[in-house]
Amino acid sequence: MPILRVTPVVAGLAILLLVVVVSAAGIGPYRIAPGDVVAAIAAWIGGGHIDGQIAAVLFQVRLPRIAAAICVGGALSAAGAAYQSLFRNPLVSPDILGVSQGAGFGAVVGILFGLPVAMIQALGFVTGSLTVILVVTLAWSLRQRGDILMLVLSGIVVGALAAAAISLVKIVADPYAQLPMITYWLLGSLASIRPDDIAVVAPTVAIGMIPLFLLRWRISVLSCGDDDARALGVDVRRTRQIVIVAATLITASVVAISGIIGWVGLMVPHLARLLVGPRFDRLLPVSILIGAAFMVVVDTIARTAATIEIPIGVLTALVGGGLFVWLMTRRGSRSIWRRE
Amino acid sequence: MIGPARRLVVLLGLTMLTFAVCASAVHARTVTDSVGRRVEVPDYITRVFAAGPPAGIFLYVVAPEKMIGWGRTPRDIDKPFLLPKVRDLPELGRLTGRGDTISAERLMASKPDLIIDLGSVNETYRSIADRIQAQTGIPYVLIDGRFENTPAAIRLLAQILGVSARGEELAKASEAIFAEVDRVVGAVPAASRPRIYLARGNDGFETGSRGSINTEIIERVGAVNVVEGIREAGGLARVSPEHVIGWAPDTIITIDPAVRDLIMSRPEWQPIPAVQNKRVFLLPNQPFGTIDLPPSLNRLIGLPLLLHALYPAPVTSDLKTELRDFYRLFYQVEVQDGDLDRLLEGLRR
Repeated sequence: MPILRVTPVVAGLAILLLVVVVSAAGIGPYRIAPGDVVAAIAAWIGGGHIDGQIAAVLFQVRLPRIAAAICVGGALSAAGAAYQSLFRNPLVSPDILGVSQGAGFGAVVGILFGLPVAMIQALGFVTGSLTVILVVTLAWSLRQRGDILMLVLSGIVVGALAAAAISLVKIVADPYAQLPMITYWLLGSLASIRPDDIAVVAPTVAIGMIPLFLLRWRISVLSCGDDDARALGVDVRRTRQIVIVAATLITASVVAISGIIGWVGLMVPHLARLLVGPRFDRLLPVSILIGAAFMVVVDTIARTAATIEIPIGVLTALVGGGLFVWLMTRRGSRSIWRRE
Repeated sequence: MIGPARRLVVLLGLTMLTFAVCASAVHARTVTDSVGRRVEVPDYITRVFAAGPPAGIFLYVVAPEKMIGWGRTPRDIDKPFLLPKVRDLPELGRLTGRGDTISAERLMASKPDLIIDLGSVNETYRSIADRIQAQTGIPYVLIDGRFENTPAAIRLLAQILGVSARGEELAKASEAIFAEVDRVVGAVPAASRPRIYLARGNDGFETGSRGSINTEIIERVGAVNVVEGIREAGGLARVSPEHVIGWAPDTIITIDPAVRDLIMSRPEWQPIPAVQNKRVFLLPNQPFGTIDLPPSLNRLIGLPLLLHALYPAPVTSDLKTELRDFYRLFYQVEVQDGDLDRLLEGLRR
């Protein structure tokens, strides 16, 4: 059994991602001719000298941002696909267990206390993860009617608590200095990504992806129902725990650098399912590739469409909502939640 | 026996009522606020509630003795620059803008004679004023907070509060500041005026676009705000480093020391001309910001500070004296030499 079978769909999407990334690298408010982009990257690989201004824009700003978009899009889509299979529910998104709201709460508290950016991100990651731990603990201590329902309900309750706490912070925050920052953070943006952020987040996301890839067959089986999975010899509870930990690690780390970006984790797995069907082993790589490409495209719009940065969360909601409606109109001809 | 006594009581009562009506008629007058609302206010106003931080600073400057609390408690580092009697007043909350934090009931319990608000004077604020006044019975005065309107706003509030002499002194001082700005800026040809980026937020990538109240001061000193708005009215926005590099501002201003340190040290800022030429100016932010934060009278001192930083040649006055005089007149505090140096540290190149 190969680690990853390269199907035509996966190969096609990988090429699409590459095309999107190369085009995005050439587009931006600071005009750099496509030739200069290629020359700069060639010079960087070859160790040659490049114009300082162009190098700064490309290597300090634009390419890290594209890398971040790939990370965030891929991560949210992978987590979304895993959760949708795990919960056997097409309406589940990566923040079903409260990770985004929890991370948001940590970050806005960090802003309230005027902490440095790195600390705000760290706090977001920690509180996001803690929120999920709280949800899972709560669900397990209440467990009477099956894990999943309790998990989702606990997630809703704790998520609502975190949202209320965020509102409280907004009220006490300085309306002129801190409130705008809190608003931008909660809307999600990749505007202030720095190379250091990628260096921290990319490895964390990669670590979180490994269990999802290794368990992809079991997650597929799990999506058929607990009893079937048990009959096939899958340790349901153990698998579920590992998937939750992995998806939380992935989501919390990207939310920490990007803020709350909705819709991607919900919508991309549906798009992927349309292409390859609901089997998780096929769904995962396709979701990651589509998510990454989608996010790079949306973020390129966010940073170029207007003079001023458009919050990416607003764009994903706009574009994602539209795509979702389109997906729903297709349900008649080919169900996006049909099992093969 | 009962009859005459009752008559006497009635008579007395009527007399007192007449006096009371006359007295209240004597001790009330009508003022007209910036949106033309005619508001009846008591003759002697001793307790004033400021609806938001801009109005709070405005009230502090014009008549600190009439303050009953702060919208937000001053930070500890601000307190040395505020009057001892006033700096420890309680935090009461704010009334307008982004969500009230004081309830109508608590507002009434704190028994102000008057509520003032300073800022935008659109229909929203007008209706807020009308509603709160109708609900609480406390007269509510709305004052136009545009920078250019500062002298008139000061005179209006001073007249309402019965401190016209102080108002006149403050209004004259602010007119003098505007006049000096016009004199200096008028002599600088348009082509050699600076192109400025205002760095806000905790990473410096939050800014105000051209036409926003947060960057009014940039345009007022004749400079160009490199950030062009997507909206005509401007407003705060997040921008990417790529934008800032593309705009290539020759000057960056901020009131946050941490942001200035970031700008001077991080690689994404280095290709910007302002950073290369070390024209990143840190303006004081104690007790209040001098660029915005909040947009109120505190911005007045930002004008001469920016003049000195941007056009060193045609400015003749001494910055230290000017700052000391401003704090003495507007904030009624005596600033020590060491503090003055510290406030002005970020303006030295």
